Amino acid sequence: MERTNDRQSMSLVWMLIAAAVFATVVAPARSAGQSPATSELLPGSAELIQPRELSKALQSGSAKPTVLYVGPRFLYAQAHIRGAEFIGPASDPHSLDNLRKRVTALPRNSSIVLYCGCCPWDHCPNIRPAYKELQKTGFTAVKVLYLANSFGTDWVERGYPVEKGQ
Amino acid sequence: MKKIAVVMVAIGLAVGVYYGTHNRTAKRARDQDTSSSTSPAPALTLVDLGGNKIDTSSYAGKVVLINFWAAWCTPCAEEIPQFIALQDKYRAQGLQVIGISMEDRDSALRAFYRKYKMNYPVVAGSEKIAEAYGGILGLPTSFLIGRDGRIRAKYPGLADFTKLEQEIIALLR
Repeated sequence: MERTNDRQSMSLVWMLIAAAVFATVVAPARSAGQSPATSELLPGSAELIQPRELSKALQSGSAKPTVLYVGPRFLYAQAHIRGAEFIGPASDPHSLDNLRKRVTALPRNSSIVLYCGCCPWDHCPNIRPAYKELQKTGFTAVKVLYLANSFGTDWVERGYPVEKGQ
Repeated sequence: MKKIAVVMVAIGLAVGVYYGTHNRTAKRARDQDTSSSTSPAPALTLVDLGGNKIDTSSYAGKVVLINFWAAWCTPCAEEIPQFIALQDKYRAQGLQVIGISMEDRDSALRAFYRKYKMNYPVVAGSEKIAEAYGGILGLPTSFLIGRDGRIRAKYPGLADFTKLEQEIIALLR
C-alpha cells in the first residue's frame, strides 16, 4: 500500500515537471507561430549560422563567406549586411534565376551565407527556396543566417555592422 | 508528510518556472511595444490605390493605426482581416487604419486589396516613407498613433491583437 502511494506521488511529481517543461518550452514556441514538425531549416539545425558567428567571421582576417541577400529591395536599400550582394526575393522565379547566375562560376565548395530577414523566420517566403536552389546545384558549404524575428530586430538592433544603398 | 513535501516542492517548481518565463516574455513584449512611444508621427502626403490624396495631418484628433505590410508576406496576410474588423468596429469612435504596402512589384497589391475587401486606405510605400518611421526592417510592422499625433506603440512582427485592441480602446477614450 505504502509503495503504491509512493509511486502515485512520484507520478504526480513527474506530471508537474512535464507540465512546467511544456509551459516554458513548447507552448511559447507554438504561440510564436513556430511549427517545428513541419518547417525546414529548424532553429538549431546545422545549416544555420547565428548573427554573432557571422559578424565574427566577417570581421576576421581569414577568408570571408560570400553573403547573398535573397529578400525584397526596400529592406536591402534601408540596411544590409556590409558587403552583402542583392539577389532579390527568392520566392520570385526571376530572383532564383539571378541566384543561379550569381553562383554559376563559384566552386561548389565555396562558403556562402544566405539571408533574408523580411519576416519572422518560420514565415519567410524567400530563404527556403534560395537554400534549396543552392543545395540542388551541389553547393556543399552553404549556411543560412538565422534571423528569428527580422533583420531589424536580430541584426540591426543588436549593433552588427550594416550599410545602406541599392 | 515527506510525500506531501515532495509534491509541494514540485508544484512550487512548476509554478515558479512558468511565471518566471512568462514574466520575461511579457517584459520583452512591453519593451518592444513602447520603443517609440514619445515620438511625433511623421506628417506625410500619400496617394492611395484609388488615386485619393491622403494628408496624414488631416487625421489629427483621430487614433491612427499604420500598418506596413506586403502582399507576399504571409504573416501580414494573417493580420489584414483583423485590421478590417478593427476598422469596422471602431470607425465611429475615431479609428483610422492606413496600410502602407512595401512591394517590389505592385501587380499583386490590387488583387490582394480586392480579394480581402480592405475597408481602409492602402498606399504604395517607399523607402522614404519607411525612413520617416525610423526604418522598416521587417514585416509586418505597425504603429499606433494617439489623438495628439504622437506614436504611442510600435508592433514589430505579428501584433498581439488582444493587446492592440485594448490600447486602441484606451486611446479612443
